[in-house]
Amino acid sequence: MTQPLLSLTSLTKAYPGVIANSDVSLKIAPGEVHALLGENGAGKSTLVKMIYGLVKPDSGQMQMNGQPFAPAEPSAARTAGVGMVFQHFSLFDAMSVAENIALGMENAPKLGALSAQISAVSEEYGLPLSPDRIVGDLSAGERQRVEIIRCLLQNPKLLIMDEPTSVLTPQEVEILFKTLRKLSAEGTAILYISHKLEEIRTLCDTATVLRLGKVVGHCTPRETTTREMAELMVGKLLQTPTRAGQQAGDVVLSLTGLRAPAPNAFGMALKDISLELRAGEVLGIGGVAGNGQDELLAALSGERPVPRGMVHFKGEDIGPLGPTARRERGLLTAPEERMGHAAAPDMSLTENAMLTGAVREGLDKGGFLDWPAATRFAQSIIDKFDVRTPGTHVAARSLSGGNLQKFVIGREVMQRPEVFVVNQPTWGVDASAAAAIRQALLDLAKNGAALIVISQDLDELMEISDRFAALNEGRLSEPRPAQGITVEEIGLLMGGAHGMEVAHV
Amino acid sequence: MIALEKRPEPSRAFSLAAPLLAVAATMFFGGVLFALLGKDPFEAIQTIFWEPLFGQHWRYYSPQLLIKGAPLVLIAIGLSLGFKAGIWNIGAEGQYIMGALFGAGVGLAFYPTESVFIFPLMVLAGALGGWLWAMIPAVLKVKFGTNEILVSLMLVYVAEQFLASMALGLMRNPQGMGFPGSRNLQQYASAHNAELLSGTGMHWGVVAAFIAVIFGYVLLARHRLGFAIRVTGDAPRAAAFSGVNPARLVLFCLGMSGLLAGLAGVFEVAGPAGQVTIDFNVGYGFTAIIVAFLGRLHPVGILLAAALMALTYIGGDIAQSKLQLPAAAIQVFQGMLLFFLLALDLFTNYRLRLGRKEVV
Amino acid sequence: MDLSSINPIFFFAGFFVAATPLIFAAVGELVVEKTGVLNLGVEGMMIMGAICGFAVAVESGSPLLGFLAAAVGGAALSLLFAFLTQVMLANQVASGLALTLFGLGFSALLGQSYVGVKPPRLPDVNFGILGDIPVFGPIVLSHDIILYLGLVLVVAVWALLKYSRVGLVLRAVGENHDAAHALGFKVKRIRTLAIMFGGACAGVGGAYISLIRVPQWTEGMTAGIGWIALALVVFASWKPLRLLLGAYLFGGLVQLQLNLQAAGVAIPVEYLAMSPYVMTIVVLVLLSRDKGAAPGSLGRIFHASS
Repeated sequence: MTQPLLSLTSLTKAYPGVIANSDVSLKIAPGEVHALLGENGAGKSTLVKMIYGLVKPDSGQMQMNGQPFAPAEPSAARTAGVGMVFQHFSLFDAMSVAENIALGMENAPKLGALSAQISAVSEEYGLPLSPDRIVGDLSAGERQRVEIIRCLLQNPKLLIMDEPTSVLTPQEVEILFKTLRKLSAEGTAILYISHKLEEIRTLCDTATVLRLGKVVGHCTPRETTTREMAELMVGKLLQTPTRAGQQAGDVVLSLTGLRAPAPNAFGMALKDISLELRAGEVLGIGGVAGNGQDELLAALSGERPVPRGMVHFKGEDIGPLGPTARRERGLLTAPEERMGHAAAPDMSLTENAMLTGAVREGLDKGGFLDWPAATRFAQSIIDKFDVRTPGTHVAARSLSGGNLQKFVIGREVMQRPEVFVVNQPTWGVDASAAAAIRQALLDLAKNGAALIVISQDLDELMEISDRFAALNEGRLSEPRPAQGITVEEIGLLMGGAHGMEVAHV
Repeated sequence: MIALEKRPEPSRAFSLAAPLLAVAATMFFGGVLFALLGKDPFEAIQTIFWEPLFGQHWRYYSPQLLIKGAPLVLIAIGLSLGFKAGIWNIGAEGQYIMGALFGAGVGLAFYPTESVFIFPLMVLAGALGGWLWAMIPAVLKVKFGTNEILVSLMLVYVAEQFLASMALGLMRNPQGMGFPGSRNLQQYASAHNAELLSGTGMHWGVVAAFIAVIFGYVLLARHRLGFAIRVTGDAPRAAAFSGVNPARLVLFCLGMSGLLAGLAGVFEVAGPAGQVTIDFNVGYGFTAIIVAFLGRLHPVGILLAAALMALTYIGGDIAQSKLQLPAAAIQVFQGMLLFFLLALDLFTNYRLRLGRKEVV
Repeated sequence: MDLSSINPIFFFAGFFVAATPLIFAAVGELVVEKTGVLNLGVEGMMIMGAICGFAVAVESGSPLLGFLAAAVGGAALSLLFAFLTQVMLANQVASGLALTLFGLGFSALLGQSYVGVKPPRLPDVNFGILGDIPVFGPIVLSHDIILYLGLVLVVAVWALLKYSRVGLVLRAVGENHDAAHALGFKVKRIRTLAIMFGGACAGVGGAYISLIRVPQWTEGMTAGIGWIALALVVFASWKPLRLLLGAYLFGGLVQLQLNLQAAGVAIPVEYLAMSPYVMTIVVLVLLSRDKGAAPGSLGRIFHASS
């Protein structure tokens, strides 16, 4: 075996109350595509942050090409040949592509020269990108290209990619994989973080599986089934949600030519969205982040009311109504961002139960609030949805992501919605909580509620939807039955590969 | 190696302890400051905090506690509502002036008619004046998105000029032999906000201040609107999601704080001050900002904080005459208090962790 | 009313003098806000600069030494703000207010023995025969070195922000502090330095009022100019050159108002005196739609979680 490019020996990093990494060792050879596999909270991010110099390990050693390697800060890691593409992009919206790239480089050349380099690299690797564009105007896939090119310009020996495909359409994933394979063929090692098993099987040479901060196994993905990898990763067998196929009922929610201007400079306008939603059905809406998901939810929740004639709930025009009035009628929603949007972080669970439960649970009596009743409501959510918490008095921010998500979804489900619209119901949630949430959604539909589930997780959508539609550039495709739809078709509905037209010229 | 670590949830204990620690730290560093000014620090601190309450002239000073404390409570309760929601009215001084001018204007207009309706009418006018003045930043913020901090503050300077113009012009006492300043309302029975119990300093403004505390408490603890204020302060998007209309909240919070500041103004001009003069305002509107924070934006806390701040006003006056301590020293003292409080507040949400030396 | 008593040359020369304190304070605050920090303590730092500069100038007899002391005084006070907001993670609005309240009090305390004292005069720069050019000479080339320094500073800040690596990093930190941290920039250190620069600038601006424009020391003599400087940054959409334009607009208004007072216009003095403040509000309203230019992280607290 050749000398490894990077070897980690029993790295340990503890945070108060959590051991993020315990005795983690792994080796990566030059040109190897190495998968780092694990659930949310398994310690993948902490591990790569140590390699990139953002976090210092408590103990253990790192070696690069046989030499001790201990980057004190990211610039040291970059100098040593480590590049990193972040999951949540470290980009600056109001600045141009070239400026963004210059910020991530040691010894960046003058902007003019840099722009030429960007164009050259983007051509070479089939990643079209114009250096002068403002990053805030780019699609998620294009933004990722900015990060990748930023790394490539430094000629990295090791490229770390943190969940790179979560924001891409299937077609864009193909392009990304082509680029990565080319890099690997040129000798660049790639550390690829993901929890998507199929992806890892197509792309990666070797895999290290983490669970609760520890290495629980190494494997060769091409020779391992996804099921085996999943069991390694989760540590137990999971129940897939069950659903009873049933006849859809009457139309309860209809959108007719829904339009809404973009809420801010980098938001997305909704363009001419029409759909009919029937009682008992689940409509899955896919799409790459930033294509109007938040805006659609805001238009349905009433946070951003729309003109008359665009939104009808059981025949009533509810366009101009605000959230409270819509809730009163039975249209409930749950936004993507738990902390700060669905829940107030510093407030107790009781107060967070009051947040949306006031009207339908009768907690608001002529303007005065019934706190004991709110506490009972919060407790019933905790009991019913198995929210792990010391009690109703604790602040929302002290709950783990999965528990808080169960609480905010449970809060709406408990209020017996007639229509429930939810955005990213299982984002960043561990597998068992995700399964519980999906089951709760399906149960809701079984009992006659109509659901719209907006998600970027296509597997999730395929699992629970009756019909499927995709958001692309603020437009919604014609909904079609989810049964029998292929990944390629979904990809095309999602807009194919954004901004790739240039490549064909 | 000391690291800051976010607490899983805010510490209640520290939230209560921070103001007390801030007072202690201020006393210490205030003492150092007084020593640098060549005064005996122990005597100075004692003069400020002890003398007004337990000194030999306490009968003379203690009514002042209510007189100085009441406007601070009224204004700070109003400010705290906005501050909690992230709506920054820092122009209470201007609203206080306008309240006084509106109130005094009504009183002077009726002079010399005597009627029981005059004083209530003045109070209403004062509230209206403060409310109107606060509605300027509120409406501009809602309509145009202008920054309420800057607008409300600019309006303090405008109000001060307006006060000067009134004191020298329209409201000047015709029988004042050319001196600036209005008629003295203390000598006009129907308009006089007199002491309710002789020798206690208790006047209608004090009553209003206590009502405001109760009002603030009930609003924040039990009412939908108070809940909306608290949610908006913690997470504005969560508030919008729950159905709070941010524009209405801005109008309510700014309007309410203007109204209360206006009330403070009219009670002051009709009572302890007596007349409209160029230097009628003495900075209650700004000191109330300190009071609001020191009281943890909580109505009962504000009551206590206002009492403390009133004490430093009175004690400062005594120290000024007795020890020749400069008036500005008290201002510095109050400013320090806010500094320490803001700094110590960190530990409500974070704790220090003494970590091991990191090994690589 | 006798408008002919207004000498147009002095009037326009006064524009520059009236605008200079604003220019210093605003350009400093602009840099601070570009890094994502909102320091509402400009008024407090200005008045500290005003007294520090005044005291040192009087004691040493050197106005330039005074301006240096003003910069140090303003920066020292701003360090308190930096400590509160960067180390103790305090709310920036509240901390800025605290700074202003404290600065007003502390300056009054320091300045007690300087009331009524006359400071040494800073001579005008001698431009030689250029100064004799009619109209242009007496209006533009008849001022002290600090005034020109202010103009140079604005241009320097503009060039720095637009063309240099330092400027790029400053903007990046203000735009998205989490991303800047992820790339390895020292967010708190950069912000602290910017805050100190802002403090030094505000201090010089304050001293310009006490040493040149008035020139004497009175309590609270900055009279809201620090707040107007804050408004000016918004007015300028965080662009240094537009800031210059705004400062002259306000300077002109102040100058006009003072001249009208002196000329005995029929409008009462108080209404003239409130005009700069009213004008500030009007401008804020007119420009409030242009919010897109504000730095993305402005006013938000940064704490690296891991």
